[in-house]
Amino acid sequence: MNGKPKIGVYVCHCGTNIAGVVNVEEVVQFASTLPDVVVARNYSYMCSDPGQALITDDIEKFGLNRVVVASCSPRMHEPTFRKTLLSGGLNPYFLEMANIREQCSWVHEDPIAATEKAKRIVEAAVVKARRLEALDVKEVDVEPACLIIGAGIAGIQAALDIADAGFKVYLVEKSPTVGGHMAQLDKTFPTLDCSACILTPKMVDVANHPNIELMTYSQVEEISGYIGNFEVKVRKKSRFVDMDKCTGCGACAEVCRMAGRIPNEFDEGIGMRGAIYLPFPQAVPAKYTIDKENCLFLSKGKCGESPKCKEACQADAINFDLQDEIVEFKVGTIIVATGYDVFDARKKPEYAYGVYDNVLTALEFERLVNASGPTGGKIVMLERGKKKKKKEGEEAEAPRVPKSITFIQCVGSRDKSVGNEYCSRVCCMYTAKLAHLAKDKIPDCEVTIFYMDVRAFGKGFEEFYDRVRREGVRYIRGNPSEIFRRGDKLVVKAEDTLTATPLEHETDMVVLSVGLVPRSDNREIIDLLKLSQSSDLFYLEAHPKLRPVDTASDGIFLAGVCQGPKDIPDAVAQAKGAASAAMIPMASGKVKVEAQTSVVNEATCRGCGFCVAVCPYTAIELVEVNRNGWPVKVARVNEALCKGCGACAAACLSGSIQQRSFKDIQILPQIQALGVK
Amino acid sequence: MAEKNSDFEPNIVAFLCNWCSYAGADLAGTSRIQYPPNVRVIRVMCSGRVNPLFVMNALQQGADGVLISGCHPGDCHYMQGNYYARRRFMLMRNFLEYLGVEPERVRMSWVSASEGAKWKEVIEEVVNGVKSVGPMNKFQRRQLNW
Repeated sequence: MNGKPKIGVYVCHCGTNIAGVVNVEEVVQFASTLPDVVVARNYSYMCSDPGQALITDDIEKFGLNRVVVASCSPRMHEPTFRKTLLSGGLNPYFLEMANIREQCSWVHEDPIAATEKAKRIVEAAVVKARRLEALDVKEVDVEPACLIIGAGIAGIQAALDIADAGFKVYLVEKSPTVGGHMAQLDKTFPTLDCSACILTPKMVDVANHPNIELMTYSQVEEISGYIGNFEVKVRKKSRFVDMDKCTGCGACAEVCRMAGRIPNEFDEGIGMRGAIYLPFPQAVPAKYTIDKENCLFLSKGKCGESPKCKEACQADAINFDLQDEIVEFKVGTIIVATGYDVFDARKKPEYAYGVYDNVLTALEFERLVNASGPTGGKIVMLERGKKKKKKEGEEAEAPRVPKSITFIQCVGSRDKSVGNEYCSRVCCMYTAKLAHLAKDKIPDCEVTIFYMDVRAFGKGFEEFYDRVRREGVRYIRGNPSEIFRRGDKLVVKAEDTLTATPLEHETDMVVLSVGLVPRSDNREIIDLLKLSQSSDLFYLEAHPKLRPVDTASDGIFLAGVCQGPKDIPDAVAQAKGAASAAMIPMASGKVKVEAQTSVVNEATCRGCGFCVAVCPYTAIELVEVNRNGWPVKVARVNEALCKGCGACAAACLSGSIQQRSFKDIQILPQIQALGVK
Repeated sequence: MAEKNSDFEPNIVAFLCNWCSYAGADLAGTSRIQYPPNVRVIRVMCSGRVNPLFVMNALQQGADGVLISGCHPGDCHYMQGNYYARRRFMLMRNFLEYLGVEPERVRMSWVSASEGAKWKEVIEEVVNGVKSVGPMNKFQRRQLNW
């Protein structure tokens, strides 16, 4: 039904969003003079029910076979109006949108210039509409499985929801254990729930769930395909410990020659581990891992007479010959839940982090107060990097307990000087929590917090902030300028901005409330999945309000802090959102595939293969056909693989391969319409 | 440049990829960032779709300048389309210069979906660049009946 074009043009006021600048009547008047336009109208809100009814009524009344809607961006309402055409009995690809809002009325103030531009945009849409063709909407099956990258609280929650709904989940985690940052925390604000108590059962659940295949110490290496049919390749790094044999007894770690000599990442380097280690006692899976960079046997080829761990292991689980394993599988959907890094406090040299032993990051302090941390939950002054020389028979000197602790908020957040304009959303409250815990553990400790503003916006936050102040925690409004040492004290130099008084505050320990930043290895995931980043460099959602868990790529979703800073309940809520979004195509079993694919005119194709070479999806191949009795090679498109980028159409010298809806014959008239003065 | 005068308002045709630059231009709108109305946009799915023929055609049909904008290197939604666009652009620019077309007329930029403010800067740069070389009258205009 490509027939002679009969075009209806509909110009939207969008309230005053468009009509406030663009003279809508004038645009309609102009549109009605364009070739093949049968009817041109304007309406206050075209996307509303009555607006859409205008289109379907006109399709019936005037026998329209092409529709131009001049309104907002096609990225906003193209799907809406495609459905309108469908319900009016037209092929949805007979729609062309003219973006006169985002790219016209909202960016130009001069009504005359904006109206002129709107006319050109509408004309370009009309001349393209004349050349539009009906396209087939094809469906493909969806593999009922989901890949989740990252097993922090967001990844864990999404995995459990999807697995409970009956779909297969492949949960891939880079580190040796699941749990993420939440596992490092002691208590959670504002309820003071014990983090481990609420997280550990979920960690065990993901390991035991029959629908979840957990791959820790693993990395996604390759992803190809599209929604419904992604092919995934994962590298399971060798732990040099047989996962089936290891009982998690820990005999190996005790005897490791490197025991207590390597900073434990899980303890933020405050605690020490050996080359064979379990990050923390509740790690899941409870299997030991050999870190090959630090293992003497693996890095130097020699560990005393023979590796002690191997001798100590009664289960005979240690095998230095184990290799990385590559596993491949298919999934229908992907959830990215890769989390965050904490801000590197060294980027604020005025706070002397890394210079003075007792300037800590909040996450280091979190490990200090944590009952399963390196000090067993005792808050003590740190002596970093010093080997305690203990003489035979001499008792170690008991570490000193700080008499005063000072927190500094917004370290690396709301700070243009380090490139982070955003608020990290958790620091005000975790600082209040840590201050409470400090007071709780050392009642006579003087606790002071330097802040810019206190943002206690969530459920129960303001109440908790009030409680902490009542407990005697002192809040001073001011952003410290310097930290230096005087005797055995640290001095925080600041100005109390409420009283405009410069002050020097003496303290034993300084805790920097570092913000949340995008992971330093985010690039790996971007390269794998072609995700976009927002200006803060977290991953970009498809729409900031209406599609907060989707990405621009169908079938790929975001959960947790990888999309932007958030606290645990928000991360869990987003994970549940991403899980249910991922389940939609898996539950329906079918998805529509790209219709705007490429198509070859075999009669003019010369079989040069330029299109084959440029296709990023290997969707084009050369096949032999019979042309008037002669065998010739021509290009042929596999429509299931074609993603509709059009690279082939630009490469073709004879114009024989074209992208549907973006054919030369459709774009060239647009160029002519827009070129007119 | 005899034609150079302050009243000259150039007419520029822009080819934007759907995923980054078109979205970035939309974001400029959502953020109500004001910029000159000289640029008129054609949406393509990928900057790799932009055939050099389109650029020649635009200059022939009355445009004083052409802008091609895509995702930043490495961010292409279709993996490498923006690299194809860049290579074609480099060759085409040499060719246009050979024909006597000023390099200011044909520009390429990377604008991501989050760079509404950068879109405004690109527009201002392109408009000022084309203004500096005056109207395009090197090619004969012809109206084609599509």
